[in-house]
This record gives sequence, structure tokens and C-alpha cells, in this order.
Amino acid sequence: MAVITYRQALHDTLRSELIRDPNVFLMGEEIGVFEGSYKITAGLLTEFGPERVRDTPIAEEGFVGAAIGAAMLGLRPVVEIMTINFSILAMDQIVNHAAKIHAMFGGQSKVPMVIRTPGGGGQQLAATHSQNIEVWYAHVPGLKVVVPATPADAKGLLAASIRDDDPVMFIENLALYNTKGNVPDGDYVTEIGKAAVTKEGTDITIVSYSRMAAVALDVAKRLQDDEGVSAEVVDLRSLRPLDRATIVNSVKKTGRAVVLEEDWLSYGVGAEIAATIQEGAFDYLDAPVRRVAAAEVPLPYAKPLELAALPDATALVKVIHETLDATRFRR
Amino acid sequence: MPPAQKKSAAPAKKTSAAKASSGFGGESPEQLRAYYREMQLIRRFEERSAEMYQRAKIGGYCHLNLGEEATVVGLMSAMAPRDYLFTTYREHGYAIARGIEPGRVMAELFGRTTGVSKGWGGSMHLFDVEARLLGGYGIVGGQIPPATGAALAIAYRGPGGPDTEVVVCQLGDATTNIGAWHESLNLAAIWKLPIVYVVINNRLGMGTPVEKAAGEPDLYKRGCAYRIPGVRVDGNDPIACRDAMKEALRLAREERQPSILEAVSWRLRGHSVVDPAKYRSKEEVQRLHDLDPLTAYRKRLIDTGAADAAQLAAIDDEVEAQVSAVVEFADNSPHPTPDQLFAHAYATPVANAPRELPGDPLLRA
Repeated sequence: MAVITYRQALHDTLRSELIRDPNVFLMGEEIGVFEGSYKITAGLLTEFGPERVRDTPIAEEGFVGAAIGAAMLGLRPVVEIMTINFSILAMDQIVNHAAKIHAMFGGQSKVPMVIRTPGGGGQQLAATHSQNIEVWYAHVPGLKVVVPATPADAKGLLAASIRDDDPVMFIENLALYNTKGNVPDGDYVTEIGKAAVTKEGTDITIVSYSRMAAVALDVAKRLQDDEGVSAEVVDLRSLRPLDRATIVNSVKKTGRAVVLEEDWLSYGVGAEIAATIQEGAFDYLDAPVRRVAAAEVPLPYAKPLELAALPDATALVKVIHETLDATRFRR
Repeated sequence: MPPAQKKSAAPAKKTSAAKASSGFGGESPEQLRAYYREMQLIRRFEERSAEMYQRAKIGGYCHLNLGEEATVVGLMSAMAPRDYLFTTYREHGYAIARGIEPGRVMAELFGRTTGVSKGWGGSMHLFDVEARLLGGYGIVGGQIPPATGAALAIAYRGPGGPDTEVVVCQLGDATTNIGAWHESLNLAAIWKLPIVYVVINNRLGMGTPVEKAAGEPDLYKRGCAYRIPGVRVDGNDPIACRDAMKEALRLAREERQPSILEAVSWRLRGHSVVDPAKYRSKEEVQRLHDLDPLTAYRKRLIDTGAADAAQLAAIDDEVEAQVSAVVEFADNSPHPTPDQLFAHAYATPVANAPRELPGDPLLRA
């Protein structure tokens, strides 16, 4: 076990997977000579050469589609899309092709590929560079969508994604790259499709994922220490498949739930979670399920506006208090 | 029009036929008649497909290769079994010419379990691993980046040479205007990929003429921005298609030089079975009839003595019986059952994969 950053965990896992399997190769814009826009692939070109750490032109539809074809012939491409916003340019290849090829051709061709891409706002990158559109992909059968929140999950889920026989959208978050945490040594693989209870509790469930799952855990710890509120935190880790049972079992225990998500409110991940809870734990609910999500505007550049639009710990604490107060919870 | 094509290096095969002619295009009469049989098989298969569509045995969209038989047979005869083909939604003939049992192709059109894609794909999505047909694709241009990536996989595994694999990526004339093609051409050029982009130019998008859709309507020239060479060939001449394809494959295989091969022919029917093609005048329809590649090839066989009328009539009868058997096979094949609905959702089992049918509760007890 070592304490490393989320960035380092990703880098180390890419490196160990390149060593482990000669069919694994990386491709993306500026991942080689430039070492990646966020330096995840630093040093890998030198170590593995240009065939396995392949710089691509700016052609998202072209190189994402090329990864699909390479995967169909048995390679295991790991594509970096500089940010999730640019994945929109490759939407046809991801949704109409990567997600469909296995089923549409009667199970004859696997598509073992990974698309790594960071989402997230808060960096003053303005409207087109700050989106959280993971739910678009989570809507599509045939894809897997994983959203690691910690360095350990960055390692375990990336290894699992690369070894997976289906196309995986591996969604990172710009604000997580420098966060640190304990990461197990050696070969470490985390099963896709299972949520984690990162803090146990009895009073309220906070359901979250990616960067917001880290925020949720901080808030839960603070509430425990400062107010004696026992919040349970469910980190989804995977949006497709979604581990509904873990969510529902937690709410059956606590009777209250808040979803914290960085994407826009309407039709967002939280809507699916809330629907799951009301169907699976209706009789156990003491209060309506609340969602803390981004304001529904194209994210502005100016810092005061950006801060106002994004969900944060303060908003989460407010909603937790409101939910508890609505049920006359004594705190 | 097309630059002179390199003649096939293959010597004419010996034949016992007591004909004065030894064939043409460097082929034996026997082989030339085999091409005819293949063209006629595709023709009759497609005519029966139209009929089955009108009888509602076939659903969805149904695009036919009618008028493209010479192109299909010529191109496919040049490919090696180890080569890969990515094609479009107008691909029944390609599947047959790649050697897939026609009954399995018709069964896919019928949506049956015996179909090449087990009833999951239908007319637009034929696929067969054994034949290395890596898909008909329903999204216009969708096949091009994956085909380019398949060529990347071949290049990843080793250098070119006479025994290596090549990817053939077929696309229609209107697809030459799609960005995905241009991104892919660029990738193929900078990475030196073993791929041939075959543009089937039947002169019409759905109803839009090439000249109204393409800034450079000489489609074989459209790789010039990427220094990718192109050749145009008469798509009504199977021998010319075959020879042009052989050279394009050689370039890709041995020199890792991607290229464009444009085959020009005329679609004899509408865009799909349900399109009455009202955008065509009576004169145009008559002209197309006169240009029918099967009629022309048949005449060529007889004129050169490579076949006589009786031989061709016998082939026609044989094909007719075969296609009837094909339809019968499809019609007698089982429909898939709903318990198979999630069979191909993922390639390997995954925790918490959804399996709910409409109306099912979200959480299983």
C-alpha cells in the first residue's frame, strides 16, 4: 500500500498493463511526445515506443473508430480523449458502433477497448470544456461506464477496464488528478458494476460518484464529527451497469437519501438513482429523495458564476439538514 | 475515365472445353462462366429479396445490389480469404461473393436464428467471422474508421509482404462527403495502413446526383489531399474490377500504400426496395436497362465463345433452383425466442447487468 495521486495511479496502471499484455496499446492526441495534456502518459512513449503509445491527429471520430476496428481484430486499445467534451465528436463511433457491434452482429465480435477521458468543471474552462455528460453514455446498452473517485479505484477499475472484453468509458475528473490516497501494491483489479460503501452510517444515505463522491465522503465525516449525524456514503463507481441493490439496501437502513452529482439536474444520474430508491425502498423512506446537482446553464467562465453553478459541500450540507429536519431528526 | 489497368498475372487455366476462344481477361472460359453464375446468383437473390420484402417476409430497410453484380463479383474475386471486408448496408451480394452460404444471408434478412448475425442485424448488418466479412453498417460512413483501425491492427502486428492481410473498406459515392472518411484517409496515409477504400459510385446518393453533392465529383481523386492515389474503373466490367482490385490489394499488402478504387456502375432500382425512383425519367430507365451488366457480360461470353446460350441457360436454371432453396431454407428457419434477448448484451458476464423486460420490477427479489 502506498499513498499516491490519482494521476500516478492511472499512469502506473497504464504502464503495468502495457508490460503485461502486448496487445494493449495507447492512442490519443498528444499522449506521446507531449506526454498527455494532463501528463497521465508521461514517459510511456520513451519506454514503449510509438507503435504502442501512438500520437493521433485531432480526429476524434477517426481515431476512436480506429480503436474499435483494432479491438475487433483482437488488440486492446486504450484511447485518451483529451476531455469528455471532445468525445461528442466521436459520438457516432461510440454509440452507434462500439456499443452495438457485439450484439448487432449476433455476438460474433468483441470490442475490447477503453476510452479514458476526464470530465468536470471548476477549472474556469467555460461552457464547452467543463461538462459532465457521462450520463449520455450511461444511457446506452452495450457500453460500460466507470467513474472512479479515488486513486485506488483509478487503479483497480482501469486494470479491469483494459482487461474487459466490452467497450468501457472510463471517466476521470480534472479536479481529481492531484488528489492522493492509499493504493494497493501489485496486481489489483476492481470488479466493474459494483458500488462501494465508503462510509457506513445509519441516519442518511449520500449517493454519489467521481469527484462528488470524494466531496460526499468529506461531508459525511465532518457531519459525524461535528454534529453526530451518521451518514452512509455510496460511491457508485460504475454508472452502467448500476449497482441498484447496494443503493436500495443502504436506504432501507437509513430511511433518507440525497444524491450528489456534478452533472445537470434534469435527466441526470440522480434522476435514475431517485427512481431506483422510490421503487426499491418506498416503504422505508422517511423523506423525499433530494438531488444536489449543477445549475442548468452552460457553465460560465467568471469564478463567482462558476462557483454558483457547481454543486459543493455547502449545498450538500444544506440539503442533508433539510432532509433530516423534515423528519424531525434530532441533531 | 480509368487509366489502363494492369493485366492479371494469372495465366489462363487449362480447360477441356472445345471452344475456339480461350476466354478473355486472362481467364479460362470455365472461370468466366463461374463469374457469370455468381453475378446471376446475386441478381436472382436480390430479385427474390425484393419479392420477399413486398410479401413482408423481410422487415426494416432493404437495399439491393441490382446493377452492381459485375462490381461485386469482380472485386470479391480479387480478395484473398485472409483479407477483411467492411461494407455498407447494400451488401447482400458482397456476403454471397465472400463465400457465405446464401441461405444464411437470406435467413438474416428474414430475421431467423440461422442468419449470419443470428437475426440481430437484418439486411443492413451482415457479419461473418469465418468469411472475414466484418460487417455491413447501417450508418453511412460508420464502417470507415473501424475498417481503418482493423488495418492498423494488421500493421501493429508486422510489416507488409505478399502473405499479409489487407482490409477492404467499401463505401458509396455519397459517403465520400463524410468527415469520417477524410479523417480515416489521413490516418491511413500517415500510418501507412494496408487498406483499400472502394468507392461504389452508382451516381446517386439516394436521389442526389454525385455532381450536386461532391465538390470533386471524380471521386477517385478525393484522396489527393492525403497523397492517397486513386483509380477509376468501369463497374460494369467484372474483369476490369478484378484487375484494378488486384493492383490496389498488392499496393496495400506489399507496399502498405492505401489507395482508392472507384467503381462506376448504375443502380438499376431505387435506393431501397420501397423507393419507386420517380426522380428518373423513362429515357433514363431505358438507358439503364441497356447498360445492365449481366446482359452485357452474357453477350460478351457468347461473342467471345466463352459460353454458348445452352450453357448459360443451364446456369440460369441451376441458380433459379438454388435461390428457391435459399428462400425455402430461410422461411423454414426458426425465429429467435425472447429468452435470447440479453444473450449478447455483453461479451462476458458483468455484475448487475440489467435484464428487465418492459414492465418488470427494477429489483429482483
